[in-house]
Amino acid sequence: MQMLSLTKVCAGYSGFQALFEVSVEVEAGEAVAVIGPNGAGKTTLLRVISKLIGATSGEIRMEGASLARVPAHEVVSRGIAHVPENRRLFPRLTVEENLRMGAFPRAARKRYGERLEFVYGLFPRLEERRGQPAGTLSGGEQQMCAIGRALMSGPKLLLLDEPSAGLAPVVVQAIFDLVRRICAQGYTVLIVEQNIRQVLKVVGRAYLLEAGRIRLAGNSREFLDSQEIRKTYLGL
Amino acid sequence: MIGNYPLHLMILVLLWGYIYTSWSLMGRLGLVSFGHGAFMGIGAYTVVMLWNHFGWSPWAGALAALAFAAAVAILIGYPCFRFRIVGHYFALVTLALSEVARLVIVALRDQTGGSLGATPNSALHGGATAAPGALQFSDKQVWFWIVLAFWLAGLWVWRAVDRSMARLALQAISEEEEAAASIGIHVARAKLRITLISALMTCAGGVLYAQYQLYVNPDTVSGIGISLQMVFGAIAGGMFVMLGPTVGAAFTLLLAEGLRLAFGNRYPALDSTLYGAMLVLFIIYMPKGILGAALEALRARTARPIAPRKSSGMPSA
Repeated sequence: MQMLSLTKVCAGYSGFQALFEVSVEVEAGEAVAVIGPNGAGKTTLLRVISKLIGATSGEIRMEGASLARVPAHEVVSRGIAHVPENRRLFPRLTVEENLRMGAFPRAARKRYGERLEFVYGLFPRLEERRGQPAGTLSGGEQQMCAIGRALMSGPKLLLLDEPSAGLAPVVVQAIFDLVRRICAQGYTVLIVEQNIRQVLKVVGRAYLLEAGRIRLAGNSREFLDSQEIRKTYLGL
Repeated sequence: MIGNYPLHLMILVLLWGYIYTSWSLMGRLGLVSFGHGAFMGIGAYTVVMLWNHFGWSPWAGALAALAFAAAVAILIGYPCFRFRIVGHYFALVTLALSEVARLVIVALRDQTGGSLGATPNSALHGGATAAPGALQFSDKQVWFWIVLAFWLAGLWVWRAVDRSMARLALQAISEEEEAAASIGIHVARAKLRITLISALMTCAGGVLYAQYQLYVNPDTVSGIGISLQMVFGAIAGGMFVMLGPTVGAAFTLLLAEGLRLAFGNRYPALDSTLYGAMLVLFIIYMPKGILGAALEALRARTARPIAPRKSSGMPSA
């Protein structure tokens, strides 16, 4: 079953177009990566899905329903949770308050207790640090907290924007293990990454985004075998 | 019974404490308004004008004033919040608002008395001390109780906001507006709601001020001067703790009275100048304000003896 589909989506910021007729599809239960260099439009792609910026043309559908008229604050109620670039935690709120904010929509509040337990089960480290301001966590812990906050809304689709950015190599490894575990839990994941070698081990399919256009699409095996990818992005 | 002057000072501290508390409801959540003088001016002038020109009781006048203030708050707030005018830009928009309010009052001098101000027609005929219908009382004790009730109500609102999800939501917005939107917070609505609460409470403060002083003047109830005084008072006292704004009210009042006793009226705008200068100093050296800093120092003192034991284990809440 199709979870998310983008059809010929164009988007940008005033006077600057960042995405050109981008089409992406994500099936339910699937983990898909969008890879590409800096400035390719990867973050913009996720922002346009969560309606933080509007698409100038094209169509975005979540489980068949168009998101055209859905405002940013209602996207989460459609089952989409966005873990933004640089995590964007609320630094002065405690870890637990951050998680509580993740369950802000009315429907999610009812299941707050049960989901908190689930998130603490997934990240015992967060439970240890529950009363601490989120801004005082280490980079890896902050990433856990950001993912935990997103999971608190009980999403079907998780958008991950460069979860490995700015983290020490050993922590990067842990974060990718975590992403793998989240996929195994049955979440559908759309992940944007520059750490191509690692992310291709986690996802089943990938898209290559360059200068705002999709250049390549295929399963991870094909990507790892592609001469172009190997030469340009993996340095082989 | 205590003397009239101390009672007068207490009334002013409670009244300004209530108004600063109203301001801080949004100020502490990242919505720093330099325009609350407009809401106070709307409250003060609407009741007095409706009473003097149309004979409306201040009770009805107060309702009209609240409706007027709500309309202005929405007119200014909605576009700001919808188009993400935040931080300094929000402060600038509101700064303009308070000056517009003052200029409008001055420009309508045939109705408002212009910069000379206006006095509500007295309803205290033949030695009467109270005219509840006209909200006029010559006995300061009555005013003390009225103002005390408003002040307590203000603190109650503060606590209710503190305990609601709205406080967390607004704090989240002030820290990461976009992340707040993507976890499902209707940013514009959350901001507009607290702005309305704060503006309406300030407007009610203006009504009380006008009826207590029985004199309104564009400079004492609106304009940049009064808006700056609110910002200064709340920050000086400590806008992040419930009683901080009240401490700020006592502080500004003592400052103003002290200046008045020391210099009389020789240096106009001396108080505003001093507020501006001290505001800078407070923001640099005591951003949590007098009460906030005092509470922090107290907590540090009581926490010190057990600190070494704490640091050896896991940090916990």
